[in-house]
Amino acid sequence: MADVAIIGGGLIGAWAAFFLARRGQRVVLFEKGTVGAQSSGTNFGNLRLQGRFPGQYPLSLRSHALWEDFEALIGEGCEFAQTGHLYCAFDEDEQAKLEGYAQVSESHGLAIERLDPAELRRRFPWLGPATVAATFSARDATANPRLATPAVGRAAQRCGVDIRENTRVSAVSQQGSGFVVRTAQGDELACGSLVNAAGAWAVEMASCFGETAPVFAAGPPQFVTEPLPPLFTPSLQTIDGSVIARQTERGNVILAGYPRTAADATANRAPVPPVKTLAAMRALARVVPALAHGHVIRVWSGIEGYLPDMIPVIGPSLTAPGLFHAFGFCGHGFQIGPGVGLCLSEMILDGSTPTPLEPFSIGRFRTETVVSDKFRKEFD
Amino acid sequence: MTRIVIVGAGPAGIAAAEVLCARGYRPVLIDEGQRAGGQGYRQPSAGLTLDMRRLMGGEADKYEALHARFDRIEDQIDYRPRTLVWAIDGAALHLLCDGRVDVLEADTLLLATGAMDRVAPLPGWTLPGVFTLGGAQVALKDQGCLIGQRVAFLGSSPLMLLAARQYREMGGEVVVVADTTPLGAKAAALPQMLRAPRTLLRGLGYMADAFRSGTPLLHGVTPLAVEGDGHVEGVWLRDSSGRERRFACDAVALGHGIKPETQLADLAGASFAYDADFRLFLPQTDASGRSRPGLYLAGDGAKIGGADAAEASGALAAHAILTDLGVAQDVGAIRPLARKVARLRAFQRGLARAFAWPVAQIRAQPDDTILCRCENVTIGAVRNAMAQALGPVEVNRVKAMTRCGMGRCQGRVCGPALQEIVAGLTGQDGATAGRLRGQAPVKPVALSTASAPTP
Repeated sequence: MADVAIIGGGLIGAWAAFFLARRGQRVVLFEKGTVGAQSSGTNFGNLRLQGRFPGQYPLSLRSHALWEDFEALIGEGCEFAQTGHLYCAFDEDEQAKLEGYAQVSESHGLAIERLDPAELRRRFPWLGPATVAATFSARDATANPRLATPAVGRAAQRCGVDIRENTRVSAVSQQGSGFVVRTAQGDELACGSLVNAAGAWAVEMASCFGETAPVFAAGPPQFVTEPLPPLFTPSLQTIDGSVIARQTERGNVILAGYPRTAADATANRAPVPPVKTLAAMRALARVVPALAHGHVIRVWSGIEGYLPDMIPVIGPSLTAPGLFHAFGFCGHGFQIGPGVGLCLSEMILDGSTPTPLEPFSIGRFRTETVVSDKFRKEFD
Repeated sequence: MTRIVIVGAGPAGIAAAEVLCARGYRPVLIDEGQRAGGQGYRQPSAGLTLDMRRLMGGEADKYEALHARFDRIEDQIDYRPRTLVWAIDGAALHLLCDGRVDVLEADTLLLATGAMDRVAPLPGWTLPGVFTLGGAQVALKDQGCLIGQRVAFLGSSPLMLLAARQYREMGGEVVVVADTTPLGAKAAALPQMLRAPRTLLRGLGYMADAFRSGTPLLHGVTPLAVEGDGHVEGVWLRDSSGRERRFACDAVALGHGIKPETQLADLAGASFAYDADFRLFLPQTDASGRSRPGLYLAGDGAKIGGADAAEASGALAAHAILTDLGVAQDVGAIRPLARKVARLRAFQRGLARAFAWPVAQIRAQPDDTILCRCENVTIGAVRNAMAQALGPVEVNRVKAMTRCGMGRCQGRVCGPALQEIVAGLTGQDGATAGRLRGQAPVKPVALSTASAPTP
């Protein structure tokens, strides 16, 4: 018997487990593989505050405070670095879009600097001539996704969470006012509340309770170069998404870029077509010409859950009281992961959370599905 | 006409091309090297004159024959030297040649990618002056250089004796040939090695050469460290009687046999299985080299068998390709090839047992021994990562947590040792420890190549 069972050992599941256990809950977390192995561990590691979905800012900022406090909360580091984020535009249309993003950010209290070409060349002389304008947010950060989730998982364990890796949940059903979770190994667990944080695999569980969402699996193609001499500190992003790059402290340049690539959630594979690697290489060399002679040493992607409106599902089930969904993070779940975990713990224990989450209700798929502009642009 | 692409112009690739040419096909032969021949029959760089007959010794006739055969078919094939296949995506081979990328569609693909050295880490093995055994031979054959004047050969490989002989021939001093395998293990493997009596005799001949030349020849040693201040100055080892000994030298050739180059097979969709004798995951094929429809593997890149087996398996795979294309084949020609490949590979399996991969030695390495030289990851870092809660129990997780295998070589050098460390710590066998999966790019590719116009 547990108070809460969590399905999915990604960043969201691990943070939710941590916050619930800190408030005395008996929590069991089921993970079909290993903690943080899927999109939580294979993403780019961006903790970007600029250019987010406007309705997400309260959650995003709440989450950011948790990232900033990561080491104190979790007891070990995850290479969190407040590097700032430079958002670049190639033409006037893009510059107008940047301005729109900047105003939304500022309305939520963020400090955004607007940089003209002269200022750009002065402060970031490594930028190629393609960039005509940019905004800079100093509070934006990065962290190492390969280290973050296992660290949160360990902290949760120390608070008493029972983490069961390599344990696939085979069935969930309601029982009385709670639920029963069955695993492929044949174990059963009764629990009061249930969290569905199963990422690209979450719909399977939602459908046990008559709910659904048009989730599909995909991921951004990513690559990393050999370590290169230190060149740039901030995360760098072109507004068209063709380049999302950062240089790690040891010198490797990591790149993620659109269009995103298909992933096979059943086979657990997210291969990167070489043509996408080449396109991303060309795009990066255009934005940072000095990198042209750097060598790409490794390519990867990850299996992420996407929804056509490019915003996640977060909140209570509309059919099964006690069930809470958090999935479909559309490639931007890393930054809000800690905040989502915190909000889930509040919804479960307090019945509500002070963070507005209405736009993320699963109920929006009962009516006509919205296909976002981002969706059209970020996939090919 | 079907486009048949062969990757690798060693004995397997050349023999396969010959068979296909004889039936009127014009295969594409892609070669990462400057000149055909592969590693074993490598030719000196253009413009460099070397006495290859003297260097190749007993292999000189075969060396000359293979290159003559290549010369005879060169105008019947589409030969592409200096070309790296850096990725495979379905039927598309992604090529890199002279700083430019290109794409080639293959209806039928034969991978004859050969092998590379397998090395066990020890303290000091990343010092300048330490080469792999194969690297030491490449320096000699490709550039006519010795890796040093006073060279220690260290590891577990019959090739150490051949390389030592070559170094002596070319004027180098061999300070020691130190084998980690006890002589008894080699004696025990004799019955299996008798399946290739000529190769066995050749090996015994190299051993006799070493005796005659006065080179210290040690068996059952435990290498302790390579030492030096900024460069190799000596090797420390414990001999079979337990005595610690130091051999002064200015270079070390380190090798524990070879392992198949399998990344392209991985990217092309071959399936892999763990082989307990070789202690490696190897691509699976039928006896003729068929992997999956349209994909064939031959030579040491499929399974270690040596140059003669590579040549026969290349021809055999070409016959399989022709058969699968509906071209009638002479069964009488195929059967002896199949028997030869089976016999020579069985011999190599015996060698793999005789010249064993030093599992216990690797697992006993001190914490500060560097395991992954690209990313500077120590064995201790792997042990620490695995010891913590939610720590990794499988090589790909270790890679994610520690960066071991994440660098320029993508785990090709550290992978086998990493697998043993993980297996040792978890009390599992190598099969459960898992394998580092192949990822593109197979070798580092410069960003600028993506923007260069295609050739």
